[in-house]
Amino acid sequence: MTEINSKTPMEKLTIGGNIYEAGNAKEFKTGDWRSARPVFIEEKCKQCGLCYPVCPDNAIPVEKETLKRKDFNFDYCKGCGVCSKVCPFGAIVMKEEGEE
Amino acid sequence: MSIRERLSGNEAVATAMKQINPDVVAAFPITPSTEIPQYFSTFVANGSVDTEFVAVESEHSAMSACIGAQAAGARAMTATSANGLSLMWEMIYIASSLRLPIVLNLVNRAVSGPLNIHNDHSDAMGVRDSGWIMLFSENNQEAYDNTLMAHRIAENKDVQLPLMVCQDGFITSHAIENIELEEDSEVKNFVGEYKPEHYLLNRKEPIAVGPLDLQGYLFEHKAQQAEAMKKAKQVILDVAKDFEKWTGRHYGLFEEYKLDDSEIAIVCMNSTAGTAKFVVDKLREKGVKAGLLKIRVYRPFPGEEVAEALKNQKAIAVLDKSDSLNAIGGALFEDVVSSMYVNEENVPMCNYIYGIGGRDTTAEDIESVYEDLQKIAKTGKVEDPYRYLGLRREAK
Repeated sequence: MTEINSKTPMEKLTIGGNIYEAGNAKEFKTGDWRSARPVFIEEKCKQCGLCYPVCPDNAIPVEKETLKRKDFNFDYCKGCGVCSKVCPFGAIVMKEEGEE
Repeated sequence: MSIRERLSGNEAVATAMKQINPDVVAAFPITPSTEIPQYFSTFVANGSVDTEFVAVESEHSAMSACIGAQAAGARAMTATSANGLSLMWEMIYIASSLRLPIVLNLVNRAVSGPLNIHNDHSDAMGVRDSGWIMLFSENNQEAYDNTLMAHRIAENKDVQLPLMVCQDGFITSHAIENIELEEDSEVKNFVGEYKPEHYLLNRKEPIAVGPLDLQGYLFEHKAQQAEAMKKAKQVILDVAKDFEKWTGRHYGLFEEYKLDDSEIAIVCMNSTAGTAKFVVDKLREKGVKAGLLKIRVYRPFPGEEVAEALKNQKAIAVLDKSDSLNAIGGALFEDVVSSMYVNEENVPMCNYIYGIGGRDTTAEDIESVYEDLQKIAKTGKVEDPYRYLGLRREAK
């Protein structure tokens, strides 16, 4: 499918905005605004693996070889806080956006 | 070879649906359209169609089920009236914006309240800007024929819009009249198979239908719908030409009745046209040059063609079977007036709201409109363009 963006003329858009391709949710950046953000405290993390399956989007990247989680990818973080709630070790702390 | 029969408007539409044999029919009963899904469900029970009949719990669900089915790649049909259409309203817009060529038979009825189940066009007028193609039918024959032509129009690649076939509740839906039906095999041949380019059940191409469409896109997608609506006009004419070759019955965007040499004309839709033709004939015997323009294609509105057909009149009355309650006039009146104005045709025009809630409109009523038009034609002046026909008022 050809690339469609906010400069594409109406004649080149698919009808009804249909997407004729699968697996493209990653192209939609959900994290362009949030009121709270998770902070990853690496020292406290035991790499138990409970946080990333509960993320509704794609905000917690995991290394393929080691299966270790990395710091947040805020392009996909809406600040919902589910990861912070499931963390048994206090390794994810929610902070208000704008707060240091 | 056509088959002579006598059927009510609802029977005619149900027969057309049987011959079309759609993949899915999802419907909820509401007067006066109830008989359509009722007859159709007997066809399903008898095995004369292999349609999946979905007995849904509301009209909102009926349209939702049709949308799901059509998006999946099936041909879906439904029928409703008045408040049923009102309950569908949210999904009516989804169907057209997702460009799903669903076919709906709308048996026109007053939208309550106060509670009324009889004929007027307020249901249809409530969705006139929803992006559906709207065909109006004078009698059972036209309701049948419009339904047979519906899929070819709606599914055309240049169109891909849902379509509703309208007929007058009770007046034509429940009146039994003569009709010419076509052979099942010929109908099947004419309607053809539905072959969408993209559909949800195509496992070779996983697609997303109806995604988020914010400020950067909705405007363009709406303009695409408008463009498809403009293109539908030619497609409707092309399909009508093929239909005429097959059945011998002619259809245009509208019907002109003795309009070529008339001086005064009425514009109306659906069954009232039958009464108006009777009156035109009667007036012609007396030497009055009366004519009639009956709109068949209301959406897309054939503005340029209507203006061309009406330009030589000395006075025009537009009859609206729905009051827009807007202090300026009915919907059809506004459409005709703006068509005339933008095409620079200046003819004195007036509007009559009539037949609301099933109020009978007699030949005498129509004749009184032509009498008013004769007066307007003489003076060229219209003092009160927004009028009522058949309304009880205190004597002044």
